[in-house]
Amino acid sequence: MEIFVQQLINGITLGSIYGLIAIGYTMVFGIIGMVNFSHGDVFMVSAFFALIFFLVLTQWLGVSSVIVALIIVMVISMILTGLLSWAIERIAYRPLRGSFRLAPLISAIGMSIVLSNFIQVAQGPRNKPTPPMVRDVYTLWDANGYAVTLSLKQIIIIAVTIILLAAFWYLVQKTPLGRAQRACEQDRKMAGLLGINVDRTISLTFVMGAALAAVAGTLFLMYYGVVHFADGFAPGIMAFTAAVLGGIGSLPGAVLGGLLIGLIETLWGQYVSADYKNVAAFSILVVVLIFMPQGILGRPEVEKV
Amino acid sequence: MTATNGSPLLAIRGVKTYYGNIIALKGVDVDVHPGEIVTLIGANGAGKSTLMMTVFGSPQAREGRITYQGQDITRMPPHEIARLRIAQSPEGRRIFPRMTVLENLQMGASLDGLKYFDEDAEKMFVLFPRLKERLNQRGGTLSGGEQQMLAIARALMARPKLLMLDEPSLGLAPLIVKQIFDAIRELNRTQGLTVFLVEQNAYHALKLAHRAYVMVNGVITMTGSGRELLENPEVRAAYLEGGRH
Ligand SMILES: Nc1ncnc2c1ncn2[C@@H]1O[C@H](COP(=O)(O)OP(=O)(O)O)[C@@H](O)[C@H]1O
Ligand SMILES: [Mg+2]
Repeated sequence: MEIFVQQLINGITLGSIYGLIAIGYTMVFGIIGMVNFSHGDVFMVSAFFALIFFLVLTQWLGVSSVIVALIIVMVISMILTGLLSWAIERIAYRPLRGSFRLAPLISAIGMSIVLSNFIQVAQGPRNKPTPPMVRDVYTLWDANGYAVTLSLKQIIIIAVTIILLAAFWYLVQKTPLGRAQRACEQDRKMAGLLGINVDRTISLTFVMGAALAAVAGTLFLMYYGVVHFADGFAPGIMAFTAAVLGGIGSLPGAVLGGLLIGLIETLWGQYVSADYKNVAAFSILVVVLIFMPQGILGRPEVEKV
Repeated sequence: MTATNGSPLLAIRGVKTYYGNIIALKGVDVDVHPGEIVTLIGANGAGKSTLMMTVFGSPQAREGRITYQGQDITRMPPHEIARLRIAQSPEGRRIFPRMTVLENLQMGASLDGLKYFDEDAEKMFVLFPRLKERLNQRGGTLSGGEQQMLAIARALMARPKLLMLDEPSLGLAPLIVKQIFDAIRELNRTQGLTVFLVEQNAYHALKLAHRAYVMVNGVITMTGSGRELLENPEVRAAYLEGGRH
């Protein structure tokens, strides 16, 4: 029981990170119908941005408050990652729009390889550690010699995720930009006829997805204390599975899917086998695609105009 | 009434539009003058909708020239053409199905960032009271007539100088058709709104329009005042007889 509760807490933490990444997949798919395979690597690069600027702030500039440093680092990483993603869309995807369906997909896989290889060359092939950022751990209860704990890191991750999702939800539902985005998702041509700059709206969608991935990247770095050039792959797959499970195109679905995948991964790791976590995720992906392609909160395709 | 002096608001000259290698418009000339209601009639597949969309640059004309207020818009992207205050209720209405009526209207008012939204929305509710009752309903759940009203209202929310309507009467009950045509006439008379109307429902359209064009297979074959075409035997034989009005 204690172990189960502990894994629940861990799973929700991990799921929050997956949910933040999954939103980028789901939004891009929603607006241009493309699976952005480079999104996981964009997430990985954002964690490197966070690492670099965390070290710069704390070691060189002498910022002593870890929380202040983390906030600044997160904002910087969001901006830089947003710019990176904007550039990728301009260079690698936009010229292929209107080309055959697989073209941008192949380009995205290429981008993914470019990003991870670039980081491997620029940052080296080994794990890059940070000094521990946040160490506080609270014991919730202690029974049968097992203490259920909640760390400050986990509280930060869950709180930041909730705050950002709320802000993001507001942006999508209530602002002109969010409305334009939803309009482009439902009928791009009509949105253009109403004066919406469709290309710009698509760019901004990539930027927003990347900014959320950068939040996830910063939190990931804080949680694990290390980042590695291949760290885009597994979280990327997990988050993509989350987006499909939740119903690709659906924002609440991405969050729900993220939480479920986070929980499945930790519980699987605890009770089944720690070595086959990715196999579990892939199996879920396959099963969902076969039996429930629209996902949990996705809408059936017939509603598309 | 054929007051076609002065410079046209919209001038379409020798426009050819293709879908891939298939030609849909084979050199079309149409003028729309300020304050006019101009209608374009023609059978299914003649190229009417293609002409409407070509004005909006989607698809772009491969040959010819389209000017609006003297400005060449042939190669402009659609969203910039919309900024010149040309609004369209396109074929199939294209209501955003998962947005509410209110949000659809807000999308129509995108150009002005909702500055005149409340004021203009009130006018739409006077014109189409049904929309007010359905304000928080999703566009995809509206009836055909309601969707058509919403499509026209959404276009009007952009405060257009030129309103383009593609078959607003399609599939609607006669009473609703009358209501929509009355609204168009009213807007033209009271506000001087210029209207370019595509219709298969030739009888109502010709009665409403100041001037009319007939399109056959991507070519304009006839033009004249609404009344002239209404009385023209060829037009009567091709588009009016058979008792569909
Ligand atoms: N998106 C398209 N792709 C290919 N051909 C098209 C497309 N839209 C229309 N056409 C063709 O162009 C011609 C004109 O169609 P359209 O402009 O829709 O006619 P109308 O509106 O007068 O019924 C038709 O032959 C039609 O099949
Ligand atoms: Mg048509």
